[in-house]
Amino acid sequence: MARMLGTVMTSHVPAIGGAIAKGLQQDPYWKPFFDGFPPVRDWLAKQRPDVVVLVYNDHGLNFFLDKMPTFAVGAAPEYRNADEGWGIPTLPPFRGDPALSWHLIESLVGDEFDLVTCQEMVVDHAFTLPMALCWPDLKWPVRVVPVCVNTVQAPLPSAARCWKFGQALGRAIASWSGDERIVVMGTGGLSHQLDGTRAGFINKDFDLRFMESMVADPDWATKFSTTEIVEQAGTQGVELLNWLIARAALPGKARRVHANYHIPISNTASGLMVLEPAR
Amino acid sequence: MNTPRQPVPGTTIFDGVEARKGYALNKMCYSFNDAANRQAFVADEDAYCAKYGLNAEQREAIRQRNVLALIAAGGNAYYLAKFAGIFGLDMQDIGAQQTGLTKDQFKAKLLAARG
Repeated sequence: MARMLGTVMTSHVPAIGGAIAKGLQQDPYWKPFFDGFPPVRDWLAKQRPDVVVLVYNDHGLNFFLDKMPTFAVGAAPEYRNADEGWGIPTLPPFRGDPALSWHLIESLVGDEFDLVTCQEMVVDHAFTLPMALCWPDLKWPVRVVPVCVNTVQAPLPSAARCWKFGQALGRAIASWSGDERIVVMGTGGLSHQLDGTRAGFINKDFDLRFMESMVADPDWATKFSTTEIVEQAGTQGVELLNWLIARAALPGKARRVHANYHIPISNTASGLMVLEPAR
Repeated sequence: MNTPRQPVPGTTIFDGVEARKGYALNKMCYSFNDAANRQAFVADEDAYCAKYGLNAEQREAIRQRNVLALIAAGGNAYYLAKFAGIFGLDMQDIGAQQTGLTKDQFKAKLLAARG
């Protein structure tokens, strides 16, 4: 039986890639952000995951607006990073796990989530940077399954739908016959808005309430419509849907292993949490 | 219930209406994932915009590097960021331009969110 070890949830701002490339981890601007990660690495070293199922949103690298799936699952033997146009270095490829991918796909479709499946897929900063933050030597000790969620083009899947999708993802992982040790990651957010005269919007109170909910009342955010999440967290703050899915994949109560929150990284309030199943 | 399509002030939710309106513009910006395309744009901006069939509003917004006008013409923030990348602009430059602040003022606004 596969073993669900827990979830890691983090922001995924492109500028993090630039900071890593320039070695700015101890720079005063970046230090409060990067200092959040050693406890995550310690936890991962102790947990020894074989596979990371990573829930994120593509920003126009793999998917253009010609075809925009609501939920897409990778089923490739390898996932490459590529030039996204803004100059952050490309990171090494990731080894996939097609057998597990197809099991997850079978289970999720069986659970009435009608996915797009991807036997070729490039992964952008929302995938690569959280991995690089967890394994800064860039020698990935895990296989990966990308789960891509549309947070780009409305209508987005509602928070309530994302919660159910995450629960189904958790059931899919639990029913895998292999003995893999699995971590689910959710990346994006927290509050930020890049566009419009409201650019620069950050909502600390909402973010902290959302992070608290991940332990205390994890489906709290499902009461919000997409528009309400935009009001509370900004246009790109809707990426918190990826956190919600990752949390929902962890069945039952969760224990907080670690958390960090810092304003700002680029235009974003950065959040970080590690949760594991409560005993 | 009749809610307005864009109920959040200062905010354009990128929905089907925007996606249709901005398709050519966003498609051009998507092409900027490729360094050769970024170079081709810089080498001959008119020809590059013509190739993607930008309308007059989109062409003018590109000419002026005006982010609010690009959004009004259907541009999506994630794709426009690839356009901004050609000029080495970061998200604080873009934020400052849209809010009418200097870059330092915009950074101060972000810091103020710490409360």
